[in-house]
Amino acid sequence: MTIHRDDLGDKFGMWLFIFTELLLFGMLFVVYAVYRSMHPEAFRIGGQELDVAMGAINTVILLVSSMTVAMSLTAMQKGDKTKCLQLLGATLLLAVIFLVNKYFEWGTKFEYGLVPGSETLQELGHGTILFFGLYFFMTGVHALHILIGIGLFIFVIVKVKKGDVHKTDYIWIENTGLYWHLVDLIWIFLFPLFYLIH
Amino acid sequence: MTNDEKTHIVPYKTQITVLIVLIILTAISVAVTQLEFGNMNTLVAMVLAGTKSFIVLAWFMHLKYEKKLFPIMVTSVVILFLLVLFVTFFDYSYR
Amino acid sequence: MSEENTQKHKSFLEYQGKYKGILGWILSTDHKRIGLLYLYTMLFFFSLAAIIGLLMKTQLIAPGHTIMGPQTYNSLFTLHGIIMIFIIVIPGLPAVFGNFFLPIMIGAKDVAFPRINLLSWWVYIIGIMIVLTSQFLGDGPPDTGWTFYAPYSFRTPTNVLPAVFGAFVMGFSSILTGINFVVTIHRMRAPGMSWLKMPLFPWTLYGTAWIQILATPVIGITLLLIIAERTLGIGFFDPALGGDPILYQHLFWIYSHPAVYIMILPAMGVISEVIPVFSRKGIYGYKAIVLSTMAIAFVGYFVWGHHMFTSGMSGRALYTFSFLTFLVAIPSAIKVFNWVATMHKGSIHMHTPFYWAVSFLFVFMIGGLSGLVLGSLATNVHLHDTHFVVAHFHFIVFGGTGFAFMSALHYWFPKMFGRKYDEVWANLGWGVFFMGFLSLYLPMFLLGMRGMPRRYYDYLPEFHGANIASSLGAWVMVAGILIIFANLIWSARHGKKTSEKNTWGGKTLEWQVDTPPSLENFDEIPTITKQPYDYSDHSEKLNQ
Ligand SMILES: [Cu+2]
Repeated sequence: MTIHRDDLGDKFGMWLFIFTELLLFGMLFVVYAVYRSMHPEAFRIGGQELDVAMGAINTVILLVSSMTVAMSLTAMQKGDKTKCLQLLGATLLLAVIFLVNKYFEWGTKFEYGLVPGSETLQELGHGTILFFGLYFFMTGVHALHILIGIGLFIFVIVKVKKGDVHKTDYIWIENTGLYWHLVDLIWIFLFPLFYLIH
Repeated sequence: MTNDEKTHIVPYKTQITVLIVLIILTAISVAVTQLEFGNMNTLVAMVLAGTKSFIVLAWFMHLKYEKKLFPIMVTSVVILFLLVLFVTFFDYSYR
Repeated sequence: MSEENTQKHKSFLEYQGKYKGILGWILSTDHKRIGLLYLYTMLFFFSLAAIIGLLMKTQLIAPGHTIMGPQTYNSLFTLHGIIMIFIIVIPGLPAVFGNFFLPIMIGAKDVAFPRINLLSWWVYIIGIMIVLTSQFLGDGPPDTGWTFYAPYSFRTPTNVLPAVFGAFVMGFSSILTGINFVVTIHRMRAPGMSWLKMPLFPWTLYGTAWIQILATPVIGITLLLIIAERTLGIGFFDPALGGDPILYQHLFWIYSHPAVYIMILPAMGVISEVIPVFSRKGIYGYKAIVLSTMAIAFVGYFVWGHHMFTSGMSGRALYTFSFLTFLVAIPSAIKVFNWVATMHKGSIHMHTPFYWAVSFLFVFMIGGLSGLVLGSLATNVHLHDTHFVVAHFHFIVFGGTGFAFMSALHYWFPKMFGRKYDEVWANLGWGVFFMGFLSLYLPMFLLGMRGMPRRYYDYLPEFHGANIASSLGAWVMVAGILIIFANLIWSARHGKKTSEKNTWGGKTLEWQVDTPPSLENFDEIPTITKQPYDYSDHSEKLNQ
């Protein structure tokens, strides 16, 4: 069979996949909206328990990593393989740092017992239970996506090194980049909705 | 079919500018939390997040340079989501 | 593979790829083989779920304990629902006939992502395996119904987790197929095939694929939430922790109503193919059918609340959803009008696929109209959770999708297998099945109106008469299924061989390729100049 190559088609497919992700998180935002409208005060107090600085740092990390992955595509399009690899490596590193931060952040919540199912949380009332349930579930699903992203970056870096991805065939970088921007997009909404509730 | 589409290479400079704008918007969204707009605070936060995602979509995700079909699809999906949210609140707002 | 060129006319059934024997099938990326893989999987599980249905109907032949107790009955209707919905009708027509015929009908050699297409079948199989473990492991088979309603689904001690997780995994299969089809249709149509020259089955697959992409993630996350609820107790749907079980129903039906259109849209596509061919007349109102397809796909997204009229939603939500439900009935009615108008003054050729298509119209109308009864608020309160609902959705899902599936199977069978089936037996099977179908489900309307609730193994003595008719109908219908399957399975192996390209006088591209199609479908990709259902030459032939 002839080898069928259609970069635009591949990108199209990636966008369609992104739509599924948008709706998946979208439904969590619906759940969030419903419970926040029911318990506005508990959500405000819950938000103050979260560390704004930590959240802001993670936001910046993701934004920078979004830029580096976008730049790695530019580098590859220009044929600069070394720079492309450096930028992909930087993105990978930033993704890992994000997860490390998240680990410490979650860690403190566990210390205080603000975890679904814990007795401390049971005593704090319905709104708080729901707030921390949503916090852990949504940032958890998001962190899972970061993990998948890390796997993807390693895969793409190997492909670039082997030369499977090169100056005229860079759809893997492009699609991985699209995925990573999606992860960033979700965080752009998670940050104000959990950390910046006034 | 081959890779016959024209590619648009986004210069590094643009990407750095975009990042700076995004970080400034993040700083603003943290700063406005200290201000008191009453119920408007959430709205302000969402407008800022919306602006940021628009920038990510347009520049980082190249929608600005893609075929028209792509931005149209993205917009439709966002509208679809907002409509679902809206219709859900026909229940929760009037219980 | 240029050395294979001399054999390019070998059919896809005989073509020897990288692997031999069964591996040549389960590792094949050929869209036609994948379509058949889905077909075999579905026929197997359909038989299983039909037997379960038969057992349930046998239990209901008399009040009280006939052949099973309440717990068995509960787990059987759950398994019947899960298999029929998630394994059969949701992948259903797109996975079998969409995979096999979409590329051929739009003049392509395969789908856009053949390897993802194979992956999607594997994901489907893995999902099925996970679901099936729920029957054997843990504290007994789940008894929640296929809807997994909260809070019962995380309070019941039965083994709900694998069933929920399996359904979640199968969702990925559905999404992958959807992505594949949308990209295929956008990027791989033959030269000259503008959007409005595309046949209607691909059009309905297009609408379906969008729903698969945009709705399936909703059930995915909802099922994950149920899992989190069961394992971690996050409390989203647990009233004891502040959660709202009605929100579960919202999320569940935001997917599961559009899922009804995943089931029925491709069925409408099949009917739109079959009716013009056997009427030897162009489809009436092609554009109206295309538009109504897309309208159904869109409006169908906002009517989910009609499953929740008695759940305690706000009044305003009630009449909004009821209104939108009535709206979505309009495009379906437009289609029925178009099909009937296509037959009008056509030169009707009575063959098995056409029998199935016209009987589809009949049962689909009953199903649709009873849907309006359920969609209006006052009647819904009376009929909610009665056998009326069971009858309604079996008329739509079985009568609609099922009849269209049978029509498609008999329509494309010669093309797929290169053999003919015995039409006398096929028609007999149809007749027996149809009679059984009506006598099985029509009494349920009556029972529902008189107040017999669904999902109980027992009933009051006053409902006995109609239940006897219904249960006997089930046996007759299964006899019909046996005749149909026996005929088709025998014919697929021993039927008269045929290489006739155009079995029925169809105009779409699949009738211009070899029978059975070669690996790459086309020696040369055709250029399209005509509308898909151009029967203008037929009237000339008649005058000769
Ligand atoms: Cu519905």
